[in-house]
Amino acid sequence: MSFVVAQDIFQSYGSRPILERINLEVAQGEFISIVGASGCGKSTFLRLLLAQERPARGSIRIDGNPPATEPGLERGVVFQRYSVFPHLTIRENVVAGEAFQRPWGRFFGAEAKVARARADETLARCGLEHVADQYPATLSGGMQQRLAIGQALAAKPRVLLLDEPFGALDPGTRLAMHDFLMELRAETGMTVFMVTHDLEEGFKLGDRVLVFDKPRWDPTDPDAYGATITYDFDARNGGIPFQTLKEDTHVFRPQ
Amino acid sequence: MAGFLAALPFVVVLIAYAVASHYRLLENPNDKLLPAPSTILETAQRLFTEGDRRTGRVLLWYDTAASLQRLALGVGISAFFGLVFGLLIGLLPYARTTFAGFVAVISMIPPLALLPILFIIFGLGELSKVVLIVVGILPFLIRDLTGRTLEIPREQIVKAETLGASTWVIVLRVGLPQILPRLIQAVRLSIGPAWLFLIASEAIASDQGLGYRIFLVRRYLAMDVILTYVIWITLLAFLIDWALKTLSRKAFPWAEEGL
Repeated sequence: MSFVVAQDIFQSYGSRPILERINLEVAQGEFISIVGASGCGKSTFLRLLLAQERPARGSIRIDGNPPATEPGLERGVVFQRYSVFPHLTIRENVVAGEAFQRPWGRFFGAEAKVARARADETLARCGLEHVADQYPATLSGGMQQRLAIGQALAAKPRVLLLDEPFGALDPGTRLAMHDFLMELRAETGMTVFMVTHDLEEGFKLGDRVLVFDKPRWDPTDPDAYGATITYDFDARNGGIPFQTLKEDTHVFRPQ
Repeated sequence: MAGFLAALPFVVVLIAYAVASHYRLLENPNDKLLPAPSTILETAQRLFTEGDRRTGRVLLWYDTAASLQRLALGVGISAFFGLVFGLLIGLLPYARTTFAGFVAVISMIPPLALLPILFIIFGLGELSKVVLIVVGILPFLIRDLTGRTLEIPREQIVKAETLGASTWVIVLRVGLPQILPRLIQAVRLSIGPAWLFLIASEAIASDQGLGYRIFLVRRYLAMDVILTYVIWITLLAFLIDWALKTLSRKAFPWAEEGL
């Protein structure tokens, strides 16, 4: 049963086609990496998944629900920058993940206390409990992204969308963030879409790697055609799937 | 060292004034244009402490109270509506298409040109003076706060939406708190024009107020009184600015940059 279904997506800005004929089915719990050259529409596709934009044609459904018209609780998102609120402390940022659903955007009384305690658990999970009362501007880039992921997960989305989340981080921090993300994913079994420029990162983290490119190319008018998914790699086992034997062969194998 | 450098321009101006005043008074002891610093000090002491001969009231304090009340009302009303409209125009596309052009045109009307109309409509009392301040600085505040609201990264709004925030919650929890320090900043910038409009309206029609008094004693060439009032107004304006800056620092520790 497919969890996220994109059907026959077309998108164009003005007369310029960006995406054409995108069909995609994603099972629940899959980690999808999206790679491609700059300007090939992968960020556009993520915005469509996010429902920040509506496709010119086609529809995207999550769990069979009607296509969303604006971003909502089903989708969590982490951008490369500006994903946390600078005017809230680290703890309040995580509390906001739950509290923004309320009519006044905040918890009151005993509920607030419980929410803060829950936020502290999330912060401990993200390794941020020692800076809970500081403001995001005092955090390093990696810590800010950990906070952004923790905040997005606090709202318990069905699908997590990451738009080059580690693009602004140095290589060491990036590796630490990979481990952090893989652990979180193993715990929550979340369906994740991640746009990245880094092929290695895409294959390392993803179950599938989607490549966006233009199948048709007019050298005199590069903008004439849109991009689509040209490759859909199975990225499990480091990009070499089907190498593990699935059945017992009754042959002696060293364990 | 820093304190010395900061004080230097003040000292230089004081000395220049004292020297110029000294030589003018050498030539004509009755000169009224540049009264000696000691004369100004005496006048100031008299103005701050001695009551009016007819009513016994210390006029300077009454003038200050009247002017500050008008200023506070005008700036307060402008700040409130500037905040509301700035947020709405900045955050809601419908409000933007409706009001942005209108505000852009309105803000080009020279407020002082409207002063006669305000006097005709609202009379010569307090109301017309407060309205002049509002007309004078509200369009600037709206435009500035709209711009600041538009500067909030789009990503933050989308993020709030994915956390389930309604438009109301986005205004209340994302827009408003981030725009409040900008409001204080904008109010600080508009305090100068607010004083300008206040003194202009008081000069034309009033029976008390700092601007009224200055223009009243102008008839007697009472430079010592005028200078005392000008220094007093400057001090008040500076204190208001300093108070707003301190408030902003204390209330919005996260917005350290640029304030």
